[in-house]
Amino acid sequence: MKLSLALAQIDTVLGNVEANLEKHLVYIKNARQQGADLLVFPELSLTGYVLQDITPTVALKPQKTDAVFKVLLEESRDIDLVVGFVDEDDRHRFFISSAYLSQGEVVYVHHKLYLPTYGLFDEGRFFAWGDKVSAFDTRFGRMGILICEDFWHASPPYLLWLDGADFFIFTSASPGRGLNQAPQLESARWVEMVNQAYACMFTSFVIHANRTGYEDGLNFWGGSTVFDPNGELVTRAPQHREYYAQVEIDLNQLHRTRARLPLLRDERTGLIQKELNRILENQNR
Amino acid sequence: MNALSVDLSINTELARTILTGFIRSEITRAGFSRAVIGLSGGLDSVLACTLATEALGTENVLAVRMPYKTSNPDSLSHAQIVIDKLGIKSLTIPITEIVQPLMDRYPSASQIRQGNMMARARMIVLYDQSEEFHGLVVGTSNKTEILLGYSTQYGDSACALNPLGDLYKTQIRQLASAMDIPSEIIQKPPSADLWVGQTDEGELGFSYHDVDQLLYLMVDQRYSPQDCIEAGFSKDFVDNVVRRIQRSHYKRVMPPIAKLSNRTIGYDFLYLRDWGT
Repeated sequence: MKLSLALAQIDTVLGNVEANLEKHLVYIKNARQQGADLLVFPELSLTGYVLQDITPTVALKPQKTDAVFKVLLEESRDIDLVVGFVDEDDRHRFFISSAYLSQGEVVYVHHKLYLPTYGLFDEGRFFAWGDKVSAFDTRFGRMGILICEDFWHASPPYLLWLDGADFFIFTSASPGRGLNQAPQLESARWVEMVNQAYACMFTSFVIHANRTGYEDGLNFWGGSTVFDPNGELVTRAPQHREYYAQVEIDLNQLHRTRARLPLLRDERTGLIQKELNRILENQNR
Repeated sequence: MNALSVDLSINTELARTILTGFIRSEITRAGFSRAVIGLSGGLDSVLACTLATEALGTENVLAVRMPYKTSNPDSLSHAQIVIDKLGIKSLTIPITEIVQPLMDRYPSASQIRQGNMMARARMIVLYDQSEEFHGLVVGTSNKTEILLGYSTQYGDSACALNPLGDLYKTQIRQLASAMDIPSEIIQKPPSADLWVGQTDEGELGFSYHDVDQLLYLMVDQRYSPQDCIEAGFSKDFVDNVVRRIQRSHYKRVMPPIAKLSNRTIGYDFLYLRDWGT
């Protein structure tokens, strides 16, 4: 079975949902014409990234009664979509979120788990912390979504793996930093390296959609990638510019890789649980 | 670690891509397409002009030369070389008649005061041309001088956007070489040219080569002052630079607003400048 996978490596307008929705529709139309099955947009693709006090004014509800999601759900009838947005829950907490939409329905909404508040980041000041790591079923297989800082931590991808995810959809609005002699920024090198490592260690597809453009002095470096279960690079979008990438991935690669390398079969989850319990009980380290 | 081995070199192609993209983005999203740059003929302003030209096109960059009567004639001619090479628009607006009445009023004013008068007069001229040319003022301050506070507040540091402020002087030189800037401009001693014979390194009392290595360790690599001394820098040098950074911090932040209400600009009224664009 093949999956035609598309990545929308877009720039966004900061705080203008209407303008960003328009761009989504252009990319969706194009992806549909090119026969894509699934189109992934980056983190906060409908709003822009450094939202600060804009946050409450651009929040959405991922349901058919929401004007923006009504449009996106309609679009998702013949192409699956992952979109980034601010989710306002019933208690008026705001979450950095990515939603998986398919056949007119919201299949899953992930709330960002880790909100960085170090260096240039200040997410924890404006957003609530997500508290659920769960894989979900799609018409192509079981997937999991993580957003940027979530996958700088090893545990959320690991949990998704145990929960059955064979496809890791990672979305980012990753500010570029760390210029040295290398042809890419340190942050870009780091993200690509860990994504490849996850593909290898979890013998899974790792799909990363990152945005481009600038917000004040911050640059977003793009360079979206897909790695296959062998850890091989399937595609890499150019860095520092908007780009539409589409690639066909062969889902049978999961069978072939795991027949050769049964890391999932041999994973000792009972041991993990036992040792984790022991470690957590012994909190003084 | 040997302090002399600190490597500040950068990938110039990547820097060029990010900085030209930054100039284009920050100018066009503000509703403009043009840049105004004070071109002294020194390396920083030459590099800023070169990057802006690459980002916006020759017809969209205005280089303004603003000599004072004591300015080094080499500055004008170096600026001319760059204007001709890039093919950008240019103006020469001497500031002598603007600052002279104030200087004559205070004939015993220190060199610092006179230098500040010149730097702020240039700011007035530049912002006036910004309105006339419908372009934003592109700043030329580098990371070294911003950290050391080696600038005139609301003078040469005034700008709408700054593409060079995260590059040390050493890195500016490297990027300039890669962008084919004439070697005589890269190699001449850096000078604010506010009085005859002034050079940055003479006035600061240390070389850019040395201070860039120290700043890189302290700021970028988060070395403590003690770590820097252990890395081979002299205690006096380290203390001097630490003091300079602290004492000049007021130049790097917006003036504090006294908080009274529940929501105060600067504290809890938080938006990027690019808000809505």
